Amino acid sequence: MAATFFGEVVKAPCRAGTEDEDEEEEGRRETPEDREVRRQLARKREVRLLRRQTKTSLEVSLLEKYPCSKFIIAIGNNAVAFLSSFVTNSGVWEEVGCAKLWNEWCRTTDTIHLSPTEAFCVFYHLKSNPSVFGSCPRKNMQITILTSRHVTEYKTSESTGSLPSPFLKALKTQNFRDPVCCSLLEQPNIVHDLPAAVLSYCQVWKIPAVLYLCYTDVMKLDLITVEAFKPILSSRTFKGLVKNIPQSTEMLKKLMTTNEIQSNIYT
Amino acid sequence: FFKVLLILPAVSVGNVGQLAIDLIISTLNMSKIGYFYTDCLVPMVGNNPYATAEANSTELSINTEVYSLPSRKLVALQLRSIFIKYKSKPFCEKLLSWVRSSNFARVILLSSSHSYHRNDLQLRSTPFRYLLTPSMQKSVQNKIKSLNWEEMEKSPCIPEINDSEFCIRIPGGGITKALYDESCSKEIQMAVLLKFVSEGDNIPDALGLVEYLNEWLQIIKPCSDDPTASTLRWKIPSSWRLLFGSGLPPALF
Repeated sequence: MAATFFGEVVKAPCRAGTEDEDEEEEGRRETPEDREVRRQLARKREVRLLRRQTKTSLEVSLLEKYPCSKFIIAIGNNAVAFLSSFVTNSGVWEEVGCAKLWNEWCRTTDTIHLSPTEAFCVFYHLKSNPSVFGSCPRKNMQITILTSRHVTEYKTSESTGSLPSPFLKALKTQNFRDPVCCSLLEQPNIVHDLPAAVLSYCQVWKIPAVLYLCYTDVMKLDLITVEAFKPILSSRTFKGLVKNIPQSTEMLKKLMTTNEIQSNIYT
Repeated sequence: FFKVLLILPAVSVGNVGQLAIDLIISTLNMSKIGYFYTDCLVPMVGNNPYATAEANSTELSINTEVYSLPSRKLVALQLRSIFIKYKSKPFCEKLLSWVRSSNFARVILLSSSHSYHRNDLQLRSTPFRYLLTPSMQKSVQNKIKSLNWEEMEKSPCIPEINDSEFCIRIPGGGITKALYDESCSKEIQMAVLLKFVSEGDNIPDALGLVEYLNEWLQIIKPCSDDPTASTLRWKIPSSWRLLFGSGLPPALF
């Protein structure tokens, strides 16, 4: 509870997230029907791995079928655009599967027939170079994660308006020995959600992993934001993966224009 | 962890328990010995929150880490994010199972409770309270008595009903009550130390709570009775900068 300046008492959300206490107490009075509903909901929310073309489930885990030494994850539209234009555009990449998931934030209720525009994730594998998503043992795996965040989430003693955005920051696990392509993310800044989940896993299980985070003030697909990821191209992971930079830049421009037309509300 | 004391926070109002653990880890320069890897808390990562120099600032930290100070037979578990919905109960079970299998001698849980829930008597007394599980009471009752501490009072289980039964309630305490109840039934020696707080700048509350704990454990040597001296004795972690956001744009003025 908190009092506003106007003298009203309102229920303010607790920073420590403890409003769910009442829910926990109700949980003790849970009926078998409640439990069943919760179980079904949990099943609906499971992440399912599918073979892309046939949409049948993968029987074994993706990494067992395609063990790899370099695993690159792009999260968010700018990171994905960077990866599509510069990396998967060079060389021949084959789709090996996709992950589908549903939670209460999705607008559809049907989990089986998610359309391509719904949130999903596609896995690619480089046909020419088996060490990238290829046949090397998992022990030597290195993970790279790319994502972007709004610049206002960056904490600094100056005002965020004066920062030269977009800019790149990195976080790496203890076992990552290669040099990083930009400065490390200083405290008190933190990262959460999927990139944090992946990095936490890698830190605990001693897998070398690095997260490159682009702070930008434009959250939709933007040329300048995507190009801010370019310093990564000189890192060990990406050297050899990227062949033709001018061609990639062209590809990127094409991606932008396709998107721009779609989002123009004045036509 | 035989004969070792475990101190941990409850994720509670004002995050006071967690801030207090930060102060303890930072002041005693405890070293990280491991992780309590769990899917029950929201994932988060960042660089070393207790960094003192460029050299030690690049170690990655996650949301649940374990620190130790072997010379004082002390282990601290730090929780840095909130629980995912419906996962707090499984977490309590996993935590207590770890406590028992690791053979910790005693557990101290640092927590807080909403100050607006206090009754008249509580408003007039000290904001600190303690709770002991029966097995803990047997071993430390005398020491606690000598400290003249206030035990957490029972309040009506259902406040709206006049003749409702009385029980221990810790509003805003997160998993505090659940952990306490489970520890009672599993005969784990646990003490809960909490402060009545409101959300806001809770650094003074955290300092108060560690001083309260210090009266008992003597983690750092008590010096004079000067209350202002207490802030200087505890080392504020370097990650406590910018708690209320970035700098302001000069154009605002």
